[in-house]
Amino acid sequence: MPEKTEKQIVYERVKDMPPLAVSLYTMDYNKTGSWRNIRPVINYDKCISCMICWKYCPDVAIYLEKFEKDGKEKYKPIIDYEYCKGCGICWTECPVEGAIYTEEEAG
Amino acid sequence: MKKVMIGNYALSYGAKLSRAQVIGAYPITPQTEVVELLSEMCASGELDAKFIKVESEHSAMAACIGASATGARTFTATSSQGLALMHEVLHWAVGARTPVVMGNINRALGPPWTIWTEQTDSLAQRDTGWMQVYAQNNQEVIDSVIQAYKVAEAVQLPAMVVLAAFVLSHTSETVDIPEQEKVDEFLPSYDPEYKIDPDNPHAFGGLTGPDGYFELRYQIQKAMEDALAKWEEIGREFGDLFGRHYGLVETYKVEDARELIISSATLASTARGVVDELREKGKKVGLLRIRVFRPFPAETVRSLLSAVDKAIVVDRNISFGASGIFYQEVKATMYNEKNKPPIFGVIAGLGGRDVTVKDIMNIYEDVMKQDEPKSDIIWKGVKI
Repeated sequence: MPEKTEKQIVYERVKDMPPLAVSLYTMDYNKTGSWRNIRPVINYDKCISCMICWKYCPDVAIYLEKFEKDGKEKYKPIIDYEYCKGCGICWTECPVEGAIYTEEEAG
Repeated sequence: MKKVMIGNYALSYGAKLSRAQVIGAYPITPQTEVVELLSEMCASGELDAKFIKVESEHSAMAACIGASATGARTFTATSSQGLALMHEVLHWAVGARTPVVMGNINRALGPPWTIWTEQTDSLAQRDTGWMQVYAQNNQEVIDSVIQAYKVAEAVQLPAMVVLAAFVLSHTSETVDIPEQEKVDEFLPSYDPEYKIDPDNPHAFGGLTGPDGYFELRYQIQKAMEDALAKWEEIGREFGDLFGRHYGLVETYKVEDARELIISSATLASTARGVVDELREKGKKVGLLRIRVFRPFPAETVRSLLSAVDKAIVVDRNISFGASGIFYQEVKATMYNEKNKPPIFGVIAGLGGRDVTVKDIMNIYEDVMKQDEPKSDIIWKGVKI
């Protein structure tokens, strides 16, 4: 297998490459967060841990953190801003008014 | 076993004998029987394949690409507008290096609505990176599907087996069905080096920047160049096993020929009759049938054409604003040659208008009266 650096897989010559784009670049390298100009922010005071935003995020840029509340296991959604492209789908789908709000951001 | 069958069924039997595992299909006239028969084969258990009904040709190809990426052998068939709708994913099949095999029934494009034969649908896909083989009879259809899988899997490029609407698709001919055991020996199961495997996950087709994309395109071109030898080698191997030899081209009475008629598919069959009639009159005419159009057999074309005084390319297709497409390819191939004959380009039979022996005879006689072509298109049979 080719050398794998922290950021991308490096091929010196065609003969070392696979014939198709198979794991040519990893998502360690493609940090798509730089595309974002609308930044979604979760207000945890209002968040009901329904996980809808996590399910709808088309880029798997929301992950869940387990916590306990009133003796019950709950999940807290956390937006990974290194990958969030700012599509706004989490904000649109969130069923609680104000639990996710957006801020403008320089791209 | 010999059986009388239409060209469409020859495609289905070709896919069945090749043990296609996933078939993604959407019906379109005149292709419908191809997938109808395959769906019956899947339903009866005669063919152990997953038949995926989809909502469009675009999805049919997408299903084949996805399945092929897991290492499955895949098949689909389409025609005309259906092939045009697939255009985007045709490129994807090539870039993903998935050896999908597809039948395409050459049908003219609308509007006006039409169902009759013309080659412009498949030739409009020439730059996608799909290999294309043009069959002249139903025997060649079934044989070409089996060979197409072997070549496609060897070079990791998809391949299209092309046949004329109605002239082959709905015409019954005797076809010698290859024995399954021998086909299995000729075409072992497909096991690609890179495939979607949950136990060994990889990202396929991910974003690739300018520092990687160029090399991937270079590799596609190299694979096409390798495919030239593969079609010859595999065509010979097929012949040794089944008694019918195939190559990139078929030549007929070219050894001492001074003039060459160049054509493809069923038009070339008609031209063969013309060659016979002219030979009886003492004319030294030969026929070059271009069977594999992509990769283009440039070396063969050069060596044959540099030995003759005149060449006539008969096209049942057109690139509007230019000329016949086989004509363009042949002419471009000859440009840097020292010895090259004048090359005449004829367009005939668009939209399925019949092209007879008499028509091609007239074309030959007209061309013999001219030293040089006056334009890039000689229109045959159009009511100007």
